[in-house]
Amino acid sequence: MRVDGSAVGGVLLRNYVVFLRTWRSNTVISVVDPVISLLAFGFGFGALVAKVGNIDYVEYVGTGIVAQTVLFTTIFPGMFETFFKRDYQHTYDGLLAAPVDAIDVVTAEALWLAAKASVFGLAPLAVAMAFGLDPAAGMLLIPLIGLVTGFGFACVGIFIAALASSFAAFDYVISMLVTPLFLFAGTFFPLQGLPDWVRLVAHLNPLFHTVELIRHAAFGLHPPTDLGHALFLAVFGVLAWAIASRRMQKRLVA
Amino acid sequence: MTGPAISLRGVVKTFGGRRAVDGLDLDIAPGTCVGLLGPNGAGKSTTMKLLTGQALADSGTLSVLGLELPRQSKLARSRMGVVPQDDNLDEDLTVGQAVEVFAALYRVPRSERSEAVDKALAIATLQDRRRDSVKELSGGMRRRLLIGRALVHSPEVLLLDEPTVGLDPQVRSELWGLISRLRDEGVTILMSTHYIEEAERLADDVAVMALGRVVARGVPSELVAKHVGSEALEVHAPAARLADITARAVAAGLPTRRTGASLSVLRAETFSPVDVGATGPEVGVRRRAAVLEDVFVVLTGDTGEEVA
Repeated sequence: MRVDGSAVGGVLLRNYVVFLRTWRSNTVISVVDPVISLLAFGFGFGALVAKVGNIDYVEYVGTGIVAQTVLFTTIFPGMFETFFKRDYQHTYDGLLAAPVDAIDVVTAEALWLAAKASVFGLAPLAVAMAFGLDPAAGMLLIPLIGLVTGFGFACVGIFIAALASSFAAFDYVISMLVTPLFLFAGTFFPLQGLPDWVRLVAHLNPLFHTVELIRHAAFGLHPPTDLGHALFLAVFGVLAWAIASRRMQKRLVA
Repeated sequence: MTGPAISLRGVVKTFGGRRAVDGLDLDIAPGTCVGLLGPNGAGKSTTMKLLTGQALADSGTLSVLGLELPRQSKLARSRMGVVPQDDNLDEDLTVGQAVEVFAALYRVPRSERSEAVDKALAIATLQDRRRDSVKELSGGMRRRLLIGRALVHSPEVLLLDEPTVGLDPQVRSELWGLISRLRDEGVTILMSTHYIEEAERLADDVAVMALGRVVARGVPSELVAKHVGSEALEVHAPAARLADITARAVAAGLPTRRTGASLSVLRAETFSPVDVGATGPEVGVRRRAAVLEDVFVVLTGDTGEEVA
């Protein structure tokens, strides 16, 4: 299996043209949802917790929700949209009849979702700024962090869609995988208070590394540690892409 | 090119133990329209999937335009157009966009895309619907759009998988006109269908499939002459009499088929009704010309009940 740039470009163009016709509903949900979370947690919990370390809680949670947005706007469409396109719209039948292979489809879908997520992640950031988060030069890295993280989680979603035989299977995935992923990543509360073993496991959660990187981008980078976080996310992305491509190939070409 | 446009040799494809395609040999000469005729489950759709690389053969060799599959499948696909059985149009797009996206997927150079889209829409006679949403199209228009879309890169080979299934007769004959024009322009067409009339009207040549292989191949009129002769005797009678007549016909080596309440004894030019016991007050007989449907039923064992 080799990735073919023209095939990936063709699928990206398809997604872009469809997006131009559907962006309103697509964008509103992706932007409004994190903003509600931010307001609810920021002010709900913020009334109980003034600060985490030396960071205001609303700023702490604001940066956490940027990561959560990237996760949700990639893993969910990776699962649901991919499944729908494969089994209901037969979109992939059309693509594969053209000079496009399964690996090209997976690559394009993941890149597309990652690119959108990197932009959607900026919405809660902007809201957090409106509530006092100071702009910082490091924040320019946030879309890039979103892109790498989003690519990996989109691939995880696509992998799950390639395994699933019905939408019902996704309920398990959401409870067993997505919920722990976004709760145990230092998004809403620091991991310090948790039992050692939970903290250890949480370090294997890619979203934990995303949250760390985003906070550091906003409040001050720690170059050696951050390089480690970035490396972790890059390896996660490549692995997720490889398994998603393999599984989708098996699913689409029997 | 001198060789066949499409060639399958000894192709076997199993799905979980079931042999969907079982030793299939099929050659399609360039510039011809071949109808792949067979009942549901005969292996027509699997054959189509094998040709587009969406199914991988367990054994045998396949080539399209001299390109070996699945190794050179991508290159082969770039020179093939495919009209799928399942409508996979992007509902959210306009008619023009739906074709444009496929022009890009099929690597039509950017500078030639708009012309290619115009041409494809003209073939589909949807020029004046270009800006309309795909959602607004009728079933027949959607089918035409699928055909136009499949032709946007001027392919040398066109695969049509049950092109008119589920459409009403008027729309069907309109699509037949469209396919017939493509054939006249020299596009090599492989069309799977279980509508006999469709194959008879459009195909230069018919391959009858049953249980995963080709059981008869040739020009429709020759197939009829070879397998069922020139005439059929259609007999209406009470069930018991029909059973008796069937037994006598079978004993005489004559092919028979049931159509609803009646029985057809084929090769009727070779015998008289008396020879098979089709006489008496309760028996109605009528001679008719043998048709491709008779061949289909005799060779595939399909009752032809669904056949239009």
